[in-house]
Amino acid sequence: MFNAARSMGEWTLAVLETLGRASVFLAQTLLGMGAAVRRFSLVIKQVYASGVRTLSIVLVSGLFVGMVLALQGYNTLVQFGAEESLGVVVALTLVRELGPVVAGLLFAGRAGSALTAEIGLMKSTEQLSGLEMMAVDPFQRIFAPRLLAGFLALPMLAAMFTAVGVLGGHLVAVDLLSVDAGVFWSRMQGAVGFYTDVLSGLLKAVVFGFVVTWIAIFEGWDCVPTPEGVANATTRTVVKSSLAVLGLDFVMTAVMFTV
Amino acid sequence: MNVRIVETLVGFFVLLFFVAMFILAMKVSNLASFSGTGGYTVSAYFENVGGLKRRAPVAAGGVRVGQVTGISYNTDTYKALVTIKINEQFDKFPTDTSASIFTSGLLGEQYVGLSPGGLDDYLADGDEIDLTQSALVLEKLIGNFLTSK
Repeated sequence: MFNAARSMGEWTLAVLETLGRASVFLAQTLLGMGAAVRRFSLVIKQVYASGVRTLSIVLVSGLFVGMVLALQGYNTLVQFGAEESLGVVVALTLVRELGPVVAGLLFAGRAGSALTAEIGLMKSTEQLSGLEMMAVDPFQRIFAPRLLAGFLALPMLAAMFTAVGVLGGHLVAVDLLSVDAGVFWSRMQGAVGFYTDVLSGLLKAVVFGFVVTWIAIFEGWDCVPTPEGVANATTRTVVKSSLAVLGLDFVMTAVMFTV
Repeated sequence: MNVRIVETLVGFFVLLFFVAMFILAMKVSNLASFSGTGGYTVSAYFENVGGLKRRAPVAAGGVRVGQVTGISYNTDTYKALVTIKINEQFDKFPTDTSASIFTSGLLGEQYVGLSPGGLDDYLADGDEIDLTQSALVLEKLIGNFLTSK
């Protein structure tokens, strides 16, 4: 009884402590943001590492998700004779939900894990301490450019995912299932608003990019500096950031789309 | 890796983002057509708007000429007030134009259909369409059919 209460308390305190450390880490990283903006070449390098190198998997997934949405949507809609609405179904699903969320999950798996492993290895080989020895602030030199790059890269990836997904949906709907192309686009344009849907989806992606990158670099910085510790931290990054993306998505959908 | 190659690839990445946003704005969403600017607003009172929604199309002769920008209820006249924005290129609707709410297909979405009248004065911004015909409510129709026997 007392042991159970004690372990419960211990766990709660540990969670709170991690949250506190993550917040302090974020505050320090944000303070280093000015230096990162002044040396923008560092940010560009990180956009390449986390954005450009995630591009191929995002584009291929987007294409297939769009195609599968069109196929499945068609099966249901054709029963009601409403296959003209296929464009609306594909576009709204991608723009509002699947674009930001799936791009966020892929980004967490592809770029987030790499960030954690990189920073974890820097820590375990004492490169971070080495930087501090040379009076180089690792927050300005290492963390801030990575956070800014993730913040910029994920919305771009999500927009590309959505666009490619809609094109994939068009490919299946119009070329394979012979839905009329004019109706496909016009019904879509009638139902999707640029500000209410496209920009809301993009806002989701901005938040996901920020949170996923934050978790990834914090886990790397916070890891136990051993091979096993780095491995655990990488796993934790993928698990935590995927959960964060899905949880935040629900909250933001509830706020944005249920008025 | 060479800094120049990295920067070039990031440049293409950003370019691709702009292409994607262009597709999303112009092809997927309705930014290109009827985007706030351009056009004039008229209003019409209906007894019953049925399932009409904001952003529903406004058509004349089956061609889309505008969209519904707002639906509210007036407690003085006890009628539904529908505001319609008509694209500026269609500025020659006579003042006795009538507005009706139609359904496209049996289960399709509802839209406002305009039938032009014969007067020489044209509708301008802020005008009201007097001749309106309410939406056909299917439940009412079935009810009438059942009780008439």
